Amino acid sequence: MSTASYFLHGRTITEKILARASGTERVRPGDLVMAKVSLAMANDITAPMAIDAFKKIGVDKVWDRDRIALVPSHFVPAKDIASASLGMRMRSFARDQEITHFYEVGRAGIEHILLPEDGLVAPGDVIIGADSHSCTYGALGCFSTGVGSTDLAGVLATGEIWLRVPETLRIVYSGEPGRWVVGKDMILKVISEIGDDGALYMAMEHTGDTITRLSMESRLTLTNMAIEGGAKSGIVPPDDVTVAYVKRRQEIHGRQRPFDRLVSDPDARYARTLHIDVAALEPMVAQPSLPSRAVPVSEVEGQEVDQVFIGSCTNARMEDLRTAAAMLNGKKAHPRIRLIVIPATQDLYQQALHEGLIQIFADAGASVAAGVCGPCLGGYMGVLGPGERCLSTSNRNYRGRMGHRDADVWLANPAVAAATAITGRITHPESIEVLV
Amino acid sequence: MSTLRGKVHRLGANVDTDVIIPARYLNTTDPAELAKHCLEDLDPTFPLRVQQGDIIVADENFGSGSSREHAPVAIRACGVACVVASTFARIFFRNSINVGLPIVECREIVDASEEGDELEVDLATGTVRNLTKGVTASAVPFPDFMRHIIEAGGLVPYLHDKLAGSNSGSNSGSNSGPFGATNGGRDGIRAEGNEVDLLHD
Repeated sequence: MSTASYFLHGRTITEKILARASGTERVRPGDLVMAKVSLAMANDITAPMAIDAFKKIGVDKVWDRDRIALVPSHFVPAKDIASASLGMRMRSFARDQEITHFYEVGRAGIEHILLPEDGLVAPGDVIIGADSHSCTYGALGCFSTGVGSTDLAGVLATGEIWLRVPETLRIVYSGEPGRWVVGKDMILKVISEIGDDGALYMAMEHTGDTITRLSMESRLTLTNMAIEGGAKSGIVPPDDVTVAYVKRRQEIHGRQRPFDRLVSDPDARYARTLHIDVAALEPMVAQPSLPSRAVPVSEVEGQEVDQVFIGSCTNARMEDLRTAAAMLNGKKAHPRIRLIVIPATQDLYQQALHEGLIQIFADAGASVAAGVCGPCLGGYMGVLGPGERCLSTSNRNYRGRMGHRDADVWLANPAVAAATAITGRITHPESIEVLV
Repeated sequence: MSTLRGKVHRLGANVDTDVIIPARYLNTTDPAELAKHCLEDLDPTFPLRVQQGDIIVADENFGSGSSREHAPVAIRACGVACVVASTFARIFFRNSINVGLPIVECREIVDASEEGDELEVDLATGTVRNLTKGVTASAVPFPDFMRHIIEAGGLVPYLHDKLAGSNSGSNSGSNSGPFGATNGGRDGIRAEGNEVDLLHD
């Protein structure tokens, strides 16, 4: 490919990445392309079905054992015999195929937090994951999307995937976020504006002066919930924050590899541009049973809940844990509340341990686990019964998502979650005295 | 085979994959077991009432949320012949094509249809008829490339035909950068209606 093609104008970052990955000069929204995949991922629920499909395709070996990550994250440590069998199928495949990046329980975690932390994601990559929240990796300036097991099997066999080049919804965030406003509130605000399918088939590109100052943690939360707006992918064009993060993660894990910084042209064409005034934003809470039903926390304050969950691929990073611990420091969860805290990976758990955060959670009366999706998807660890109410830092509050079909789930950021755990009712964090 | 005729189960908007098959059943990949619980959180009587050949008709964003392929597998295994919706969530759309569950995007028929109506879907022409209401409409057509996957019976048989016998076994363990090799200058990969080669020649 000639470097001249990079000087074509009017292209979004997503179009540039997909053009390069498919060996073409230029792609336009709506085009179907065959893209070369940089990294393929599956978890304990999606991998077994993908492995079955892979075996039926009729090839003996995966396309590249170094570019596949298999991560047990959903029903681990095995919650029952059936789940143990799923784990065995994944493990045996990883062994037979000599998969380099197979993560064992206790050294693993939630894939969408684990892989960037482990230095396996870089700007410009094309990442395909058999999990809908695979859009998360886009925070590092790569194209990244979720697929089902059979599509993933195709990637395991060929290293390629067909993709429709998405139109892009550009979101321009401006202003300084208030003390209690983080990435979670920004993306809930966006989804409340566009609806649950407002970005269907599109890429969500997050830009604006707020983004340049936003931590990598908050950026990852923004892209994580692209799918809740129906989007194919979420992306933050790489900047100095991205480069510093990626270099550091590569260095820690000895995975140095070159990457570049593709960004959208100033005259790139967008299907739609949405402006969000972050300075005017309050912490947001999504009411049952759709993420788009998000409102400022003040509108739902006082709502009693039975359980508070701080965790998931959306909000279980160090920033999230530190915020929750600062609120809970020296306090107890309300006697009526079951508080569940799950740092996303074993590394984050250890870091939280060293910083004393785990002690704070335990003293507050939280049930603490590590490196698992937990109650987010209602399969395991904190499943809700009929009529129960939970405030969760996760990404979906669909009917039945966290357990019984008549349970209700509110979604919020970690500060709101911690404040709610203390009072037993949905609470604005500003009303809790924080020990510094 | 390409013309389906069945009774309508009329569902609303945003029928997500959690409600199609809740996570508590994801500890199995057995289609028969998944079928027993299909859509039970939306309507506990659905798995009991659904008949072989029935057609699900739903509003926007059908199959949103989780990428679980167990969802189209459960729908197909419980006897549903086809899903007609105003729009589909994209992962569910791909998964359905990949596992051979017929799906049709046709807002006009969705808007006209009620529970219990008789529907006829011609998968070859994309013509959808509500026989009860006397409404006929055309579905949004699939690109040629996707039609070939559908005609092969899904992505696995499609790839099997393409790959069988040409396994290079490139379990390379290479350290080259992600773009060490490109597809080469394959023209015509995009233009509307053009076929996309799934594999290198």
